[in-house]
Amino acid sequence: MGFDIRKFFFRKPNIALEGGEDDANAFVPEKAAIKCEKCKTLILSDDLSANGKVCAKCGYHFKMGARERIRYISDEGEFEELFADVTAGNRLDFPDYDDKLEKARAASGENEAVVCGEAKIGGINAVCFAMEPKFMMGSMGAAAGEKITRAFEYAAEKKLPVIGFALSGGARMQEGIISLMQMAKTSGAVLRHSQAGGLYISVLTDPTTGGVSASFAFEADIIIAEPAALIGFAGPRVIEQTIRQKLPAGFQRAEFLLGKGFVDAIVDRRNLKNTLSFLLSLHEEKTAKETNDEEAAV
Amino acid sequence: MSELTAYEISKKSREKGRPTAVKYIEKITENFFELHGDRKFGDDKSVVCGVAEIHGKPVTVIGIEKGDSTNEKVLRNFGCAHPEGYRKALRLMRQAEKFRRPVLCFVDTSGAFCGIDAEERGQAEAIADNIMSMMGLKTPILSVVIGEGGSGGALALAAADEVWITETSTYSVISPEGCASILFKDSARAKEAAEALKMTAPDLKELGAVEKVIAEDGFGEEFFEKLKDDIAAFFEEKSKMSTDELVARRYDRFRRIG
Repeated sequence: MGFDIRKFFFRKPNIALEGGEDDANAFVPEKAAIKCEKCKTLILSDDLSANGKVCAKCGYHFKMGARERIRYISDEGEFEELFADVTAGNRLDFPDYDDKLEKARAASGENEAVVCGEAKIGGINAVCFAMEPKFMMGSMGAAAGEKITRAFEYAAEKKLPVIGFALSGGARMQEGIISLMQMAKTSGAVLRHSQAGGLYISVLTDPTTGGVSASFAFEADIIIAEPAALIGFAGPRVIEQTIRQKLPAGFQRAEFLLGKGFVDAIVDRRNLKNTLSFLLSLHEEKTAKETNDEEAAV
Repeated sequence: MSELTAYEISKKSREKGRPTAVKYIEKITENFFELHGDRKFGDDKSVVCGVAEIHGKPVTVIGIEKGDSTNEKVLRNFGCAHPEGYRKALRLMRQAEKFRRPVLCFVDTSGAFCGIDAEERGQAEAIADNIMSMMGLKTPILSVVIGEGGSGGALALAAADEVWITETSTYSVISPEGCASILFKDSARAKEAAEALKMTAPDLKELGAVEKVIAEDGFGEEFFEKLKDDIAAFFEEKSKMSTDELVARRYDRFRRIG
């Protein structure tokens, strides 16, 4: 092969508390074959996509785009996008931000770092949102915050559960205090949805850090993590710089958080749809008639 | 104060010798009685909490304390709270809600503590829980930024009905140095980052992140007296509101940003 595959896969950890949006590696490039980052097996791109972007040999979970994620867990053709017109603007006239937004849009094919909509999962309607790694590593600014807030408000009004895929380097620095305020805005909407009796399942994916982990990502009724996902408040690089020592292996990974009691379960992406379907059906409000009909059918 | 640049203000907000939270508590409240611990893990000395009175009316007070002397700074962990600090604050906010007394927070932190133990004990979860709980707390909350309002660690005590700020304080998603180092790949460009982040009091007011900019007047007796009267008046006004309206307005306060 004429290209050096290593330059695609040997990445240094580059996740800061806020930002880290330049970490554009770790994605599956548009190539016919990809080497697994963990076990180094060469995998055909088509095989990888067919397997939910999970290495069939070692189970390594590659990053997944927002739209692809929602499609992966939704019933065939059962996803209707919502709030697609909400987009970011450079409110603070922050240097180079317009340019970054343009590049993020080109790289991801998305308007913003979050995709929202109503989907059917195992036949049950749910509001879903997912964050886009190729859009400034899912950083949260006003538009992302607005979309997530609207998603919870919509779900509360329609009495629907919410499934959210968190993936973020944190708050979007280029929007300054406005991005910080999105943490409170989204949290308020999560609370209202919860007080209305709504179920919210948060799926933490690699990476979930900064202002997103410290707001809606950790405010769910059920928190699921993908295997080996990096989850924390401060990013590992920032911590290492602060404490001037190496972090232990596995620190801030999903398995570590499970052990510390901060996530409910770790679920392999290939089992996620089934798990979500089960949890949704368990929480589905049934009328007395439906319950009777089901019992009669058994 | 307009003659100072954003970066000069940012440096001033972190300057040694400016009054810290315990000073505000001493000057503004009467009969402060400190309440310790989160009842789960420990007592975080970066967060000072207690009950007190303002003009004879009960209030719950919470302040992030940076410390003044070197010893005190170490004791207070330089005002960088661990999860148990936020959980202590939340415990006492819940208590305030039960007894229908208002909550007064003094915010002064470079950010939540960044370290192995803080992560192990769920820093993100602790901050998230505070923010969400404050968004629904059925009692008035006022947060005053008295120095540095650093990111999520500050917001964890500032999801309030109003946020006030003293004129040489800052409130930002990240420090100018951190922003310069990450975005401009050069921490020496902090001056530029401070301008770009719009972290000073007048900019924050324009963006709707704070309601009131407080003149400092050298932090003399008059400054504290005036602030005390303003806080008392604020709580008096909010106490007339139904809790539903109070919480709905708090929601709207954040809902319209962005």
